[in-house]
Amino acid sequence: MDLGLNEEQEMLKKSARDFLQKECSKRLVRQLDESDEGYSSELWRKMAGLGWMGLVFPEKYEGSGRNFLDLAILLEEMGYNIVPGPFFSTIVLGGLTILAAGSEEQRMEFLPKIARGELILSLALTETSASYDAASIETTATNRDGGYVIKGTKLFVLNANIADYILCVARTKQAKNSENGITLFLVDAKSSGVRCTLLRTLARDKQCEVVFDNVTVSENSIVGELDKGWPIIKGILQRATVAKCAEMAGGAQAALDMAVNYAKERVQFGRPIGSFQAIQHYCANMVTDVTGSRFITYKAAWKVSEGLPAAADVATAKAWTSEAYGRVALLAHQIFGAIGFTMDHDIHLYYRQAKAGEIIFGDANFQRAIVARELGF
Amino acid sequence: MDFTFSEREKAFREEVEDFIDKELPGDWVEKSIYWPGGYGTLAQFEDLSPQVEQFTRRLAEKGWLTISWPEEYGGAGLSYIEQAIFHERMSYYRAPADEIATRIGGPTIMLFGSQEMKKEWLPRIARGEVRFWLAYSEPNAGSDLSSIQTKAIEAGNDLIINGQKIWGTAAHVSHYAWMVVRTDSTAPPHRGISLVIVDNASPGITIRPLINICGLHSFNEVFFDNVRVPKKNIVGEMNKGWYYLMVALDFERLVIPIGGFRRVFEEIVQYAKEAKHNGQALSQRPLTRNQLADMAVQIEIAYMLYWQTAWMLDRSLVPNIEASLLKLFTTELSQKLANTGTQVMGHYGQLEGTSKWSSLYGRVCLGYLDCISALLGAGTSEIQRNIIAMRGLGLPSK
Repeated sequence: MDLGLNEEQEMLKKSARDFLQKECSKRLVRQLDESDEGYSSELWRKMAGLGWMGLVFPEKYEGSGRNFLDLAILLEEMGYNIVPGPFFSTIVLGGLTILAAGSEEQRMEFLPKIARGELILSLALTETSASYDAASIETTATNRDGGYVIKGTKLFVLNANIADYILCVARTKQAKNSENGITLFLVDAKSSGVRCTLLRTLARDKQCEVVFDNVTVSENSIVGELDKGWPIIKGILQRATVAKCAEMAGGAQAALDMAVNYAKERVQFGRPIGSFQAIQHYCANMVTDVTGSRFITYKAAWKVSEGLPAAADVATAKAWTSEAYGRVALLAHQIFGAIGFTMDHDIHLYYRQAKAGEIIFGDANFQRAIVARELGF
Repeated sequence: MDFTFSEREKAFREEVEDFIDKELPGDWVEKSIYWPGGYGTLAQFEDLSPQVEQFTRRLAEKGWLTISWPEEYGGAGLSYIEQAIFHERMSYYRAPADEIATRIGGPTIMLFGSQEMKKEWLPRIARGEVRFWLAYSEPNAGSDLSSIQTKAIEAGNDLIINGQKIWGTAAHVSHYAWMVVRTDSTAPPHRGISLVIVDNASPGITIRPLINICGLHSFNEVFFDNVRVPKKNIVGEMNKGWYYLMVALDFERLVIPIGGFRRVFEEIVQYAKEAKHNGQALSQRPLTRNQLADMAVQIEIAYMLYWQTAWMLDRSLVPNIEASLLKLFTTELSQKLANTGTQVMGHYGQLEGTSKWSSLYGRVCLGYLDCISALLGAGTSEIQRNIIAMRGLGLPSK
């Protein structure tokens, strides 16, 4: 057993923390939250310059050849700082999918550009039923003249408003088993018939409604095999779920750190409020949640990284972290008192993130259902 | 990172499994009433004693009774991860291993005892011949242990002890008290305490049972009326007992019955799969599945804290936060598990083990009672939270 980060990982963590503290101030975070684009091209270029976009791509695609665990560590820091933008959708949902399931041609075409920070990707998976099962995919792609025509409405699509390409999950065949007959298409976001509407959300993350109104794509745009897309989706969901846990573990740590620092400084009744046991015990509870989230996420990320069966671990991590982050953010608010309820304060940014993170890729109840199934009861 | 056991660790784990399989009485796992985290159902008591003693002797022969001791004192020379593996497997089978003399007495004597004391005590402890009970708490000194009032005054080569101890777990089946007494009433509370070994058979000692809410005799109140103890039984130096106590806390970090949680969880799951309600297995009810999965998730968190603590110890890192988290988290899990278990089992969860209708030997019913003690013994949940906040996060005391 070895439960610590190696030297390279420690370095990555520290350099990411330092870089983001300097380059991604909370002022910028708010500014981007308020904007429609939700990202800074300058920060994006700098992140690409640090090699973050290509971190886990093999070198032949201009990547650094690091593993998924390293990416999780980076995401933990991005969650710590809250970095608005399409990193998650471009890398975790887009890039890793092309790497895992794309043809060599697709990889050569897309991955180097992603690594250079030249492309933004998005995944159009969920629809109006807002669930993550195959039966919920009602968007169709119909074969016509050697190509496909996509028709349907996707909801809660991250960063589609600025995406260059959208990975669209569509039904290409009606089958008794809803997991059969699903195909992934890599769609140019500028294709005629693609209509994107930004949704205003709690966390001000840029989620969209994307309507595919008879969008024509070529056969070459299929990622993976025709009708056999669902296993690819399962892979995406597994990686994305852990990746989100990593972000959340980082965010929870940040909320804890902020609250503890405040508790040491804020004086009431002639003493720092952190000297009161009520506050101390809140903080101890937060430590439990944060520490648990980090360890359990590392374990799941390590398993995914090593290519081991990880369904139970991933669901366990998300089940815990979904609720833990929320508890931590709530207690942090309680410690900050009324000042934390002002728009100018930073803590509500985390409170918002906690809820968004809880929901996406399935909340704790959803994950516990998976845990139950995976453990055989 | 690597979350798997090394080859050496795997082999050791198997060796532990084999030993338990061979030495633990066949029906033990089923019949032991031990509830993980609790103090009221520990295996050391009464009816179970002969079996416990035999198992203890076999452990001693194997060298595992003193598994955490340094090799020079006959310890097993294992890493902390390996010790953690040992405790995990032992607690999974609810095997009796947890003992004051080997866990706290021996290691403290090694660090602070005189040569004579080491010679007199360590071999006997290692052979499993002597059992200590922890004579710490007093009626007015619980969480605030440094306010103990039991006094020892010097009289020639002896100390004369007067006072009262309480919550003496297993005092009635032990041989010696591992005891803190006040030896200097003028010094600040922490600086006037000494640590001493007292023979249970000494004249002037009265042991009275305190029956816990499980109906079991685990605790005792013990009275000391002019009890004479030879001064050579003082551990280390006079008036330094508090310091020794603090150091000894480190010896307990991995003594968490982590496997016991998994074991009892598996049993409850098995029950839920077999028991039917309106023709449907309980385990098929969505709410039950959710509750059980929640327990699975929390057990996994507990395991991560456990391995992390061991891993840090192996690297000479001080797991202050982690160890307190582990204690806090697992004991609260003890309550949640009991509550979930009784909820899943419904009416059957309230049956004691003696009923022909009872399941799981009434363990969950008893656990529902015993889990109360989990959050109180060895530093209450509040004390653990204080430690995490002040020592871990650096929050001020005033």
